[in-house]
Amino acid sequence: MSASSSTLTGGAKAPSVSGPHAEPILEMRHVSKSFGGVKALRDVDFSILQGEIHGLVGENGAGKSTMMKIIAGVHAGFEGEMLVSGQPVHFRSARDALAAGIGMVHQELSVIPDLSVAENVFLGHQPVMAGGVIDWRRMNDTARQQIASLGLDIDPTTRMGSLPVGLQQLVELSRVLFSGAKLIILDEPTSALSPPEIERLFTVLRRLRDDGRSIVFISHFLDDVLAIADRVTVFRNGEKVITEQASALTKDSVIAHMIGRGSANMHMGESATLAADDSKPVILTVEQASDGRMLHDVSLTLRKGEISGVYGFMGCGLIELARTLFGKNALKTGTLVIDGKPIRFASTSAAREAGIAYVPENRRMMLFRTEPVYKNISIAILDRIHSIFLKTGREREISETHIKDLQIRPPRTDIALGNLSGGNQQKVALAKWLTHLPHVLILSEPTRGMDVGAKEDVIRIVKALRDRGVAILVLSTEPETILTLADRVTVMKKGMVVKEFSHGHIDKSDLLAAA
Amino acid sequence: MTLADSTKSQKSSLKQLLSDQMRNIAPIFTLIILVLFFAVQSPVFFSVANLLNILSNASITGIIAVGLTFVILTGEIDLSVAALANAIGITMAFFTIQPDYVNIATIPLPGLICIVLTLASALALGAVTAFGVTKIGIPSFIMTLAMMQIANGVSALLVRGQIAYTFPDLITLLGAGKIFGLRWSIIVCSLLLLFAHLVLTYTRFGRYVFMVGGNREAAEYSGVNVKMIIGAVMIISAMCSGLAGMLGVAYFGSAQQNGFDDFLLTAISAVVVGGTSLFGGRGGIGNTIIGLLVLGVLNNGLDLIQIDSFLKILIRGLILLAALVINVYAQKLKEGGAEG
Repeated sequence: MSASSSTLTGGAKAPSVSGPHAEPILEMRHVSKSFGGVKALRDVDFSILQGEIHGLVGENGAGKSTMMKIIAGVHAGFEGEMLVSGQPVHFRSARDALAAGIGMVHQELSVIPDLSVAENVFLGHQPVMAGGVIDWRRMNDTARQQIASLGLDIDPTTRMGSLPVGLQQLVELSRVLFSGAKLIILDEPTSALSPPEIERLFTVLRRLRDDGRSIVFISHFLDDVLAIADRVTVFRNGEKVITEQASALTKDSVIAHMIGRGSANMHMGESATLAADDSKPVILTVEQASDGRMLHDVSLTLRKGEISGVYGFMGCGLIELARTLFGKNALKTGTLVIDGKPIRFASTSAAREAGIAYVPENRRMMLFRTEPVYKNISIAILDRIHSIFLKTGREREISETHIKDLQIRPPRTDIALGNLSGGNQQKVALAKWLTHLPHVLILSEPTRGMDVGAKEDVIRIVKALRDRGVAILVLSTEPETILTLADRVTVMKKGMVVKEFSHGHIDKSDLLAAA
Repeated sequence: MTLADSTKSQKSSLKQLLSDQMRNIAPIFTLIILVLFFAVQSPVFFSVANLLNILSNASITGIIAVGLTFVILTGEIDLSVAALANAIGITMAFFTIQPDYVNIATIPLPGLICIVLTLASALALGAVTAFGVTKIGIPSFIMTLAMMQIANGVSALLVRGQIAYTFPDLITLLGAGKIFGLRWSIIVCSLLLLFAHLVLTYTRFGRYVFMVGGNREAAEYSGVNVKMIIGAVMIISAMCSGLAGMLGVAYFGSAQQNGFDDFLLTAISAVVVGGTSLFGGRGGIGNTIIGLLVLGVLNNGLDLIQIDSFLKILIRGLILLAALVINVYAQKLKEGGAEG
């Protein structure tokens, strides 16, 4: 592909030492960790060899993030032993871990878009001349060399924000790499990348492995893990289930280990047969909506008891569309019609009162981490269940119902929300809107970053809501999510609607081709 | 669950309880230490008269602190409280007939109308602040700084360097009068504290105040009218300051420029020393009461043991600093405790 070959130079070396005979660079022995009484890890043994790419998979709350945060020095307190190159170590901060050669690239990029690529690479330790003046030439030259050594051709003076996400991620990777990391932990590195970007990342990772570095590759995308990893470790419920050569595993066997039960119909979301029913009554119409920034003349129709899916790559305007419909962002031109009446929301509360509910892509945005679960669930319906005075008994009752229906674990109304795992937090976010059914439910990335079990739960819940007559808008950058849920699919590209599917068989490639 | 597991989880839940409650425990502990210290140092300290004295000295600050508690719970701040109290006290004097020797232009009105108009002025000034913060989007820190200057301006224009002495009878009674040897101002302040506590704990509005302070974005994405809540707390704060100003001038016996100069720092100190989070979402009236008592006992006690009055200012500053450290530390503990 010409686009990637322009940024990729140099050929692949012959595979060097890797595999079972290599020395472990990191060993974790009998590691346990709990948060507020919730066990996140139980007596886990885990090791990473030098010069291997180690895939790490497991459902949300299985303990893989916790393990990686311990290794990267983010969580200082834990039980058990940690050895780097055979020496026991104890990190008190991410800085300590980095000093010992362990670096982590988090799922959310921590780059500064308004600075140049070189400035991002040298963030915090820019080379200086006498008198503390930044040595720009040296900084740019060194950055260029370092980036080139990854096989990339990026001008270090380019503004970071102008690069595609995939390249930004590689720049961040190079930052971690050149601060001396021998072991690099990548958390969900492919979730925001397009297929060619993933290929480029893999080429870089293989090159690093062949140079003797070790890489931990955490991902929910099992195809990606199996394609890149030498060995794979599966976590379940805070325990290590298995560590195995990737060549000896299949997607089905990994899933079986992850969920601990046989994997039936796990290949959901590869394709779908749409049968949209145009006779269903229209609930909400978006006509020629523009927000003056991202959205251009977007038109959509939401029908009662129908799930309308909107697919697009990251940054195509999905988030902006959701925010605009929920009254968070202002509509510049165009109209919103609900039940035949044109409407303009001045605030999110006005949208809520009009019967619109929204679950944003990032659950932290709508949850109160330090508050108990029941207060999180009741916040959006306080005005429905209380007039002036609070009836907390009623709140708890409602919460208990949702906790039971949605199988939220641990099943407690009083526990602080921050102690729940990601998937359970997502369920709480959804539960907020379920007591009094909204007319329109907007879901941004409803299953992103979720494990298979929780994903199935969410899909079941969303479909049940559809069957109860809610008009649902699902916005996602994951084709599987859209294909699994939607009755009707709209594809967006650069803030515009480019394609609509309402009938017939479609698959992933149709969506990818359109976007 | 094994025995080891359960002891461990008990231990960690105790630890979590302590970190949760640190902002409540530290101020109470401080209060007890101060009371014991002054009781030992001064024989007068534990007399009924002195304890009542502490309460009545704290009562006007207490009324201001009630409104401020709402504001700080939402994560905002109101720097105009003292200036506003003064301006409203002076406005009340402006609507009251003054003795001949007071050279101030007034519009004398019957007592009740005067009180209503004065309260309406407080409401109006609060509404201006609320508008600036919510509709225009000026940070409350700056908006209330401007309001502080505006209120000082109103005070200056109305009294023009003079002093007013006469106020409506009802206000004079509530501000300076006593019933069964107890100052009415203490009763008013206590009732207001109680009322505010009930509102914050048992009403929907109170829950919104805490939730907006806890995570504003989440409140907004839950369809809470965040701007309405913030506007409301700014108005509540202005009304409380106004009431404090009215009772305050009666309490002092005079209304004049700079009459409430100390009150801004004392009121903010009371709320913060009491343990209400500066980031919002944690704390409440109970904390404010403890904070008021800590400051009241400290001021009173330092007078009793005849400490250098200049040192007294420094000590107050140090206590405030210590409270700020605990406040921020407690917040970190809490957030760390809920990580996962």
